[in-house]
Amino acid sequence: MKVYKLEASQPPASPKPQRSSSYSDKAPSSKMAHRGLRVMLVDDDASRLLMLEQALVAEGHVIVVRLDTQADLLAGVTVHQPDVIFIDVDAPSRDTLESLGQIHRERPRPIVLFAARSDAETAHRAVHAGVSAYVVDGLHPTRLSALLDVAIARFEVHQALSQELTAANARLADQRDIERAKGLLMKRRKLDEGEAYAMLRKMAMDRKQRIGDYARLLLAASDVL
Amino acid sequence: MKGNGRLVHSSLEKTSLRLGLLPLADAAPLVIAKSHGFFARHGLDVELSVERAWAALRDKVAAGVLDGGQMLAPMPIAATLGLDGVAVPMVTAMNLSLNGNAIIVSRALHERIAELVEGPVDAGNSAIALAQLIAADRAQGNRRLVFAHVFPFSAHHYELRMWLVSANIDPDNDVQLCVVPPSQMVQELDAGRVDGYCVGEPWNEVAVQRGIGMTVATKHEIWNNSPEKVLGVTRDWAYAHPNTHRAMVAALIETARWLDQPENRIVAAEQMIADGVIDAPASALKAALEMRTGGIVFHRGAATFPWRSHAVWFMLQMLRWRQCWMAPNFSDIAAEVYRCELYREVAASIGEPCPRSDYKTEGDGRDGSVMPSADGRSIRLGADGMLDGSIFDPVDPIGWLTRQKLGLPAVGQASLLLANVVP
Repeated sequence: MKVYKLEASQPPASPKPQRSSSYSDKAPSSKMAHRGLRVMLVDDDASRLLMLEQALVAEGHVIVVRLDTQADLLAGVTVHQPDVIFIDVDAPSRDTLESLGQIHRERPRPIVLFAARSDAETAHRAVHAGVSAYVVDGLHPTRLSALLDVAIARFEVHQALSQELTAANARLADQRDIERAKGLLMKRRKLDEGEAYAMLRKMAMDRKQRIGDYARLLLAASDVL
Repeated sequence: MKGNGRLVHSSLEKTSLRLGLLPLADAAPLVIAKSHGFFARHGLDVELSVERAWAALRDKVAAGVLDGGQMLAPMPIAATLGLDGVAVPMVTAMNLSLNGNAIIVSRALHERIAELVEGPVDAGNSAIALAQLIAADRAQGNRRLVFAHVFPFSAHHYELRMWLVSANIDPDNDVQLCVVPPSQMVQELDAGRVDGYCVGEPWNEVAVQRGIGMTVATKHEIWNNSPEKVLGVTRDWAYAHPNTHRAMVAALIETARWLDQPENRIVAAEQMIADGVIDAPASALKAALEMRTGGIVFHRGAATFPWRSHAVWFMLQMLRWRQCWMAPNFSDIAAEVYRCELYREVAASIGEPCPRSDYKTEGDGRDGSVMPSADGRSIRLGADGMLDGSIFDPVDPIGWLTRQKLGLPAVGQASLLLANVVP
């Protein structure tokens, strides 16, 4: 579960990233990055809900469901498939949202937290610490869309980054382990570097394994022996 | 430090603190440390903030709105490994409580379990009966049973899984797991939206007293005297406020000692109700805090010591259940997050006996076993046995992981070995 930073004090950075197709079936109709988003609102404060709802609808978004903080949040997500979730920072069901990304059937979704004006310090500090996307009560409706754009942009960047990071880490680990396995073969079998690499590659191919994985197996085995 | 164990107050980097907690029975140490003057004795003026979600507490600690607080034991590790989506590294220098959770099932499910069990229902036979029920439900095309816990990185989550796998039930395929806030558990069970849950007190007592649910397993049965809550702060906060951190730990160890006097438990329950910390019936809270075998422990048996073997255990659960996608170096992370050194300094200053070692084998400890303390005395430890009878040797975490039949780590064994090669 990711919670994304949203800087209420700054306009969204340009250029705006394209919305990924996973957030809506409808392609963006104009240069406005995020219109027609399916929004889920979770709050107990009816007047605040109304304010948020009006502002979001005015910007062309669709409120797919309004829930109080006691409601079954996962069922709401499953049934209504929102693109983004707005939730009170202090809602107990935030812990349920934390498990969203961990349930195989459910993809993580961008979350916008909102805080009461009296809790503006929390919002301000959280934004500065890079913790959360916050909307504070009484925020002018026209700012809402801009904030939403940033929340989603940050979410997408973060998703892409974590995927890249995983891939990059895997590549780095492969390189490191292949080097170490090569070194091991050179020492044990008295081979030169080219021969060691050829041998490693052949052994991996014979076992239908990736060379990085096989290098790790070899190293692990040598560690035990 | 002065000889009497109190820090020179002028050395405190900060004296006014805001600490977070959740409305649970095991929040007692923070509540009592404030109400009974333990914080004040150490020069701290503490404001307590009752949070409604672990995520909110974590965000506020990460953002510096709170100085620290009660946390689920796996939270600082998940934060430091960057698994919680916020990735602000956290540390803990003390355990706040052991035990205190239980697995409760609906009356209907309990009836089905009891029919298959000879004699009283316990943690072991209930899981075996559940496995039979799951097989029968599957044959008849019934829906999967739903079990709730409180947070992805919680002891509750791992205990629920330990209970299920003790009877070879696959927690990811044979049942459905979900997260429900503790205060909503009872109503979810009552409404039939969940069939069972693992939650902390007083929410088990409430379900039992209201006749909605029945206990099938306690945390103590699943893993005797196992870690539950810790005192968490961010790594940066700990670095910037070492003396305030020490003062906080000293006050809380003294509070824990006070809380483990049986007559004080009722005082604690009344204090929590008077302070409006928990919105639950007083009878349930009092019963939850009662001192008994398997009940909540705050101090006995070196309960406040932050064992690094616990940290390694939690990392293994994160790996086993695919919450962690990289190979952590177990001992490095454990040392980074579990601040045994700070605990020992504080313990020495307040005359608290304290283990010499940072690690212990989990699963083979008998109740009352004696361990030498750092100051030449001895400490009597509680039992640390596990439901499946297994023994966890923190020297060989990968060995433990490879012996598990269910739960495949996303990280290959070889990567784990490499990350943990001692240079």
